[in-house]
Order: sequence, then C-alpha cells, then structure tokens
Amino acid sequence: MAEFQQFTVNFGPQHPAAHGVLRLVLEMDGEVIQKADPHIGLLHRATEKLVETKPYNQSIGYMDRLDYVSMMCNEHGYVLAIEKLLGVTPPPRAQYIRVMFDEITRILNHLLWLGCHGLDIGAMTVFLYCFREREDLMDCYEAVSGTRMHATYYRPGGVYRDLPDTMPKYRESKWHSEKEIRRMNEARQGTLLDFIEDFTRRFPACIDDYETLLTDNRIWKQRTVNVGVVTPERAMQLGFTGPMLRGSGIAWDLRKKQPYEVYADLDFDIPVGVSGDCYDRYLVRMEELRQSNGIIQQCVKWLRENPGPVMVDDHKLVPPEREKMKGDMEALIHHFKLFTEGYCVPAGEAYAAVEHPKGEFGVYLVSDGSNKPYRLKVRAPGFAHLAAMDEMVRGHMLADVVAVIGTQDIVFGEIDR
Amino acid sequence: MTPRYQQLAERLQAGFGDRLVPVRSICGELTYELAADDLLEVGTSLRDDPGFRFETLIDLCGVDYLAYGRVEWDTSEASGTGFSRAAIRESAVPAAEETFDPRRFAVVYHLLSVSGNYRLRLRVFAGAANPPVVPSVIDIWRSADWFEREAFDLFGILFAGHPDLRRILTDYGFIGHPFRKDFPVSGNVEVRYDPEKGRVVYQPVSIEPRVLVPRVIRDDSRHHLRPGDGSDNG
Repeated sequence: MAEFQQFTVNFGPQHPAAHGVLRLVLEMDGEVIQKADPHIGLLHRATEKLVETKPYNQSIGYMDRLDYVSMMCNEHGYVLAIEKLLGVTPPPRAQYIRVMFDEITRILNHLLWLGCHGLDIGAMTVFLYCFREREDLMDCYEAVSGTRMHATYYRPGGVYRDLPDTMPKYRESKWHSEKEIRRMNEARQGTLLDFIEDFTRRFPACIDDYETLLTDNRIWKQRTVNVGVVTPERAMQLGFTGPMLRGSGIAWDLRKKQPYEVYADLDFDIPVGVSGDCYDRYLVRMEELRQSNGIIQQCVKWLRENPGPVMVDDHKLVPPEREKMKGDMEALIHHFKLFTEGYCVPAGEAYAAVEHPKGEFGVYLVSDGSNKPYRLKVRAPGFAHLAAMDEMVRGHMLADVVAVIGTQDIVFGEIDR
Repeated sequence: MTPRYQQLAERLQAGFGDRLVPVRSICGELTYELAADDLLEVGTSLRDDPGFRFETLIDLCGVDYLAYGRVEWDTSEASGTGFSRAAIRESAVPAAEETFDPRRFAVVYHLLSVSGNYRLRLRVFAGAANPPVVPSVIDIWRSADWFEREAFDLFGILFAGHPDLRRILTDYGFIGHPFRKDFPVSGNVEVRYDPEKGRVVYQPVSIEPRVLVPRVIRDDSRHHLRPGDGSDNG
C-alpha cells in the first residue's frame, strides 16, 4: 500500500458538503491534508459587469442573488453606497425597518448555517428544527416584499413600502384540517409587527433547543473543538471579518465600531471567542442569534410607536405615488424619467460596508455622473474566508475539511458573484 | 471629513509627503493615489507603523477607466435618425503591440485598521505597458492572494511577485479579460452540447450585445449643492 500514500482527492464540485459548487483539490498524505486548492467560479455570473449595464435601481435585484441566504443585507450594502454618493439619508422609520430586516436576515442566515453545519458533521435533527423557524421568517419577507427570498425591498432613499397591516394566512387543504389551520394561523391574526413580536418571544426557547442538541454534545465537540484554529493576527492578515474574526477573539463589529443606520441607538452586545476554533465560532454565532433577537424586539417596539414616511420625499430619486401620477403632469414626468433612464449619481467613488451575517459585505461604487454605475466591486466576506481554506485545513484530516467549510459559512452566490 | 480622519490625513501627509497624492472625495473618504514603485514600501509602513496599523487589506480590485465619462450612444441623434438599439461588437482581443493609456487600468486597495478603526483607500495606476503590471502586496497582506488573482482574471493586470497568479473566476481555458470595458457583456463564445461529436463545444456567440437604457451623463442641477467637488478620477 505504500505507493498509494500520496494522492489527490477531487472534492466536489457536486458534493453535498461543499455548500454549492466548490471544487476542492486536496493533496493528501494518507488521510492528512497536505494542500487544499479551492477552484471557484462555477457560479460566476459577472454580476459586477451586468450592473454596469443597467440603471442603479434595476440592479438591486442582483444583490439579492449574491449571498442568497442573506438577501436584504446585500441590498443594504448596495443601497448604502448609492446613498453615500447621493448624500441622501433615509427617514428614521426606514432605518429602523432596515435594521429590523437586517437582523431577521442574520437569523435566517445563521439558521441555515447551523442546520447545514450540523448536517455536514452528522447532526440531522438540528437541520429540521432550523428550517422550521426559517419558514416563519421567510413569511415576514413575503409579507413585506411579496417574495420569500429575493426581496428587492431596500431602495436608495428608504424601503419600498411600509410594513403591512396583515399577515398572509394558511388556507384549509386536504393536507391540513381546519383545526390545524387555526393553530397555524394563530400568530398571523394581527399585523406583521405582531407576528414578528410573537416570533421573538418564541425564538429564545428554540435557540435553547439547538444548544441542548449541540453545545455539550460529545460528538459535536469532537468534531469542532481545536479544528481550524486561527490566531487573531492571522485572522486580520487573512482579511477575516464577522464571526470568523470574532471567533478568534477580536471584538470587531461594524454595527458597533462604525455604526450605520440606527445601530448606535440600539442596545446589544458582540460576542467574541477565545481559541479561534470551529467550536468558538459556533458559540459566537449562537450568541449572535440571541442578540439579533433582542435587536428585533427593540425595533418592533420603536416601529409601533413611531409611524412616519419610509422613503425620502424627493421625486428625482423615488417615484411619486400612483394616484398623484394620474392627475399631475410633473409627477408623470418624474415617473417616466425614473422608469426609463433612472437617476444620475454624482461622479465620485464610495465604499459602503455593512455587518453582513458572514462578515463585512462591502460595495465599492465608482460613478462617472451617469445613470449607471461605472464600476461596482462587491467585497464578499466569504471570498476572503475561502481563500484561507488552505491555511486552515493543512495538517487536518479529510473529515475536518467538511467542518471547516461549515464553519466558514460558505455561500457561492457571493464568492463567485 | 471627521476630525479623526483629518488627523490621520495629516499624519499620512507627514509620514509619506508627496508620495501620496490626495484625491478629493465627495463623501468624506480618505483616498490617495501613489506610484506603483512606492507601493510596497508605503504598504509595509502602513501596516507596521504604530501610528497607522492597517493590519487588514479588506479589498483589492481592478478598475478600467477606458469609458469613464463617455456616453454609450448620442441620444440627441437617436430620435432623428433612429438607431439599432446600439448593437455594437468590438474585438475583445487587443492587438499585440498595443500600449494603454497610462491612466486606464488602476488597482484600488481598501485598507482597514482594526485597532485604530480607520479605513483608507489607495489607488495605483498600472501604467502604459501591455499587459499592465503592478507589484503584488501578498507579502504585506496575505488576503491579497485571491483578490489579485481575481483582478488578473477579470482585467488582465499582472501582479509582479505573486506566487500563483492563475485565473480564478472564469472558466478553465477562458480567453480575454471580461471586465475590461472593451469586452462585450455577452462575451465572445458560447457553449452547447454537440450530439454528433458527443461533447460540449465552444462557438461564437449568436446574440448581439445591446444597450437598452443609454448611459446619460448629465450635469445635474441637484449635484451642484457641493460646488468644486465632483470628478475625483484622473
């Protein structure tokens, strides 16, 4: 057998634990990784080039499709960059709505991460639990934007529309009896805010459930403790952000350090890890779930008490109301101009970053004064994380590669763009 | 610009003098241009100097300024003579002896200081050489590895000193650099399965790239609120 000691394993591109289309070429010495060479780009759609061919607003939908498990956070980065160049500040209610949906998105993302990470290293149950809670949050997306995933809800100048007064309800079918439907619709009788509030009351118990399944689980700890250790210095050097950086013990969170929107007024903590291994990053993300839940509660409270506009009142940037357009010549012209050529953004460049669930999601926007972006660069957090794959898995066993992919929270929509 | 950034700008100016050329920003971001020859030295001291401590290279990207400030078609003529929806096809493969406008290709670095909570943008123009070359910063910031591969792949900018400058996002065997402004959006080749040959074949694209919404570059009255600002590109 000695002559087969050194060999190469082709992991992916179609592998259930590769989280999408990752082709990983692993050079092995027995079961130990000598070198990992990720081949990416199998999902490359040239988003940044497509954006250059369209007026600004028409590209918001492309942002949803970057990291397709944290849609609204991507939109947020793009919209912030445009607003920075335009010098526009959305009204406070819009800012609170954005923050609330950013945190809902964070929970959505972390639940998917937790479910898949668990599934990858052998915990089936937690996956089913996570998707149960995700369903409720997807319904919030649907209530506010009409779609469950690709919302296109944030716009430069605010959000597309105010929160709805009703929640969509389940209807009786041959699979669900009337009694079941009544139970399922119980939380959906009020407004969207009532539904979200009800969710935030239920959710901490759900997190406890996940933690009961995993945190002290012997197998879970064997698979994650001391796997993929990154020191704080290396983490900064490798361009890590978000939970990957915090897991290594650096208290860096854009929501605290460079607050955008209304994060400065909200009360929350940022968890940090100690040893920088997969287990610490797991603990960091679990605590982030709880913190996000708290932020949502604060936003719900504020939004209940403070009605108001959710868009700036500038018809050079946002379309006028439909009724107004029917009777008013100026409104009609604004509407026509906006939907044919869009709006021009002053020449210049801006970099806007948001604390995306995966790390720092940055949008570098170069404008030459026209109605389309001249150049857009999406700084995807996962790109820098995956680049460090080689360093993180060297010397580990083949099975640990799956744990490291899981802990990096890889989504190919944003890495390949 | 906030006072903190004002101080940082003064320290940068004191530390590097006229090697860093400030670029005016319309949204208060600190931007400098520097020569490719100074990049490594300036980068190293930006990382190591206790006054700066830019430990993280948050982003690195290429920019092609070829069409900067140019409209796609002349809208005033369009209504009189008509236009075929601006369908144009230019060759994406440049002639071998071609040299570039020295301010065509730029590499933009976004630095972050985690300890000092600062951001800084640097821009290096790649010069007239074909292919354009810029020194690699991989020895200063390890995260530059894939970012430089990406800029090479998409813009054809070479990074001298990069140990493994392969294509990263495009297909194996791809020809051309797709994010250059003279590369058509719909590309040059498409793939399909050929039942006779029994394999996937490449063939020239069958669709024409079209511009549905023209680029409008307008001196908009709304943007005269901050006079003197504006174009901060060279």
